[in-house]
Amino acid sequence: MADEKAKPQGPQTTGHVWDGDLQEYNNPLPQWWIYGFYVTIVFALVYWVVYPSWPVGDGFLKGINSITYTNAEGQEERWHWNTRAKLLRETQEAALQQKPWFERIANLPYEQIAQDVDLMGFVRSAGRALFTDNCAGCHQVGGGGKIGHYPNLTDDNWIYGGTFDKIRETIVQGRHGYMPPFAESLSRGEIDALAHYVLSLAGEPHDAPQAAQGKELFHSHAGACYYCHGDDAKGRPDLGSANLTDRIWLWADVPGAPDVSSKVALVRQVIAGGLNRGNMPAWEGRLTEEQIKVLTVYVHQLGGGQ
Amino acid sequence: MFKFKHEALETNTGLLLVATMMAISIGGLVEIAPLFLIEDTMEKVEGVRPYTPLEQMGRDIYIREGCYTCHSQMVRPFRDEQLRYGHYSLAAESKYDHPFQWGSKRTGPDLARLGGKYSNEWHVQHLIAPRSVVPESVMPNYPWLLETRLNYADIGARMRTLRTVGVPYSANQEEYERNVKDFGVELAAQFHIPNARESLVAQVRAGNYDGDPTSVSEMDALVAYLQVLGTMVDFSKIKPEELVKFR
Repeated sequence: MADEKAKPQGPQTTGHVWDGDLQEYNNPLPQWWIYGFYVTIVFALVYWVVYPSWPVGDGFLKGINSITYTNAEGQEERWHWNTRAKLLRETQEAALQQKPWFERIANLPYEQIAQDVDLMGFVRSAGRALFTDNCAGCHQVGGGGKIGHYPNLTDDNWIYGGTFDKIRETIVQGRHGYMPPFAESLSRGEIDALAHYVLSLAGEPHDAPQAAQGKELFHSHAGACYYCHGDDAKGRPDLGSANLTDRIWLWADVPGAPDVSSKVALVRQVIAGGLNRGNMPAWEGRLTEEQIKVLTVYVHQLGGGQ
Repeated sequence: MFKFKHEALETNTGLLLVATMMAISIGGLVEIAPLFLIEDTMEKVEGVRPYTPLEQMGRDIYIREGCYTCHSQMVRPFRDEQLRYGHYSLAAESKYDHPFQWGSKRTGPDLARLGGKYSNEWHVQHLIAPRSVVPESVMPNYPWLLETRLNYADIGARMRTLRTVGVPYSANQEEYERNVKDFGVELAAQFHIPNARESLVAQVRAGNYDGDPTSVSEMDALVAYLQVLGTMVDFSKIKPEELVKFR
């Protein structure tokens, strides 16, 4: 019985025998698989002819397929198929589709773009793509910013100005925030008095007598805060000095602090240590002039454009 | 006449080994050797230079921390990649990379064109706590980079090692003068191995990468490296169709 079972029925063995009786079936592959394999061989042969393939000497077979694109001089040029040529052509085709939009954007003044419903539709979609790729890393996807790090672009408070021209200027050349440290030139008491005054300006809880002392210091030659923040403490966009009279805070999270002493501590830190941050990279050269214009309008419409 | 039987290979280990190696070397010859022979393999572009000592230390930290397991450094020539990351990477741009960081898997975004896109301040904040600036990020925190002093005692040895595999760092006056000709005085001074430590500290002082120019932290080195990625070639000076012809 056992001998009969061991005998191969249909397929033959490979003829190899190990240990006297160990044999190996020779089962042919299914027909459909074999023909599939032949098809891949034929495909490869066709591929060699059509696309770049074998290396030959100091070059390679370029294939008969080619791609037409426009060169920098505006002339049509042909080159054998390759991914770079394909990308160049696709980029040019896409640019051609966007061209009418970008041309209108480039030729119109900002105010007219902002009033054109169609153009604003384009700005909202193209601008959003540009914003999420280039700006959202810091200013966040919705433009809400991050207290302590990056300004909110959706409110009506603008450190460097919120007009179209100023927003463009910020994008093109970048920004670098700076406030000198006062730890050396003012005493601890004077800095605390100033902190109370700054809190009073923003309508935060504070100590009134200290704030009065701080007010004097703010406008004095010793403190000279008014020089950058202005007599009215509303800031100077040409210098990038903050408006201290609103309730918007960037570097010190004063509204988030629970009591007066911790609020004072936060403001004290800024006055004593100064600021040498708020670096925004320049986007000139990284983005095209039209892209910057679209972004300018996009940022302007986020909320508080002036 | 000699008749080849497959059984001969299957029953002779030595023969099998030799035959296997022959089969593999044919693959190597066909796929690798032509890259040394084909004239269009490497684009002729200006601006690609070796890393400064500080950037090189940053690159070594990048590798130490395993950044490459999630980040590639290779923008492929596809339209979606070009829109997201910038100009596609050129072979010439990684000619001084040993080993290159092209990568084949992206959990995080590609970093080949990262340089100049964010401020130093952002990088420091992002490396300490990625989710504080990118809420949806899955990147781990690297707080020790800012706290750890950079150990750059062996920077000279690292540069000498790279020099033996072809990176043009200079070890003597003659090589230094060659670098002055190729890269200009300022960069050549940075590539001079005997001055490596001084150049490294000077770059930290001038660059203020981690917000504290007085101390040399690992953060300084890594941010300096990240800020130079993909910035060496000025693509505004290259016609796109010229690069097409290198393929």
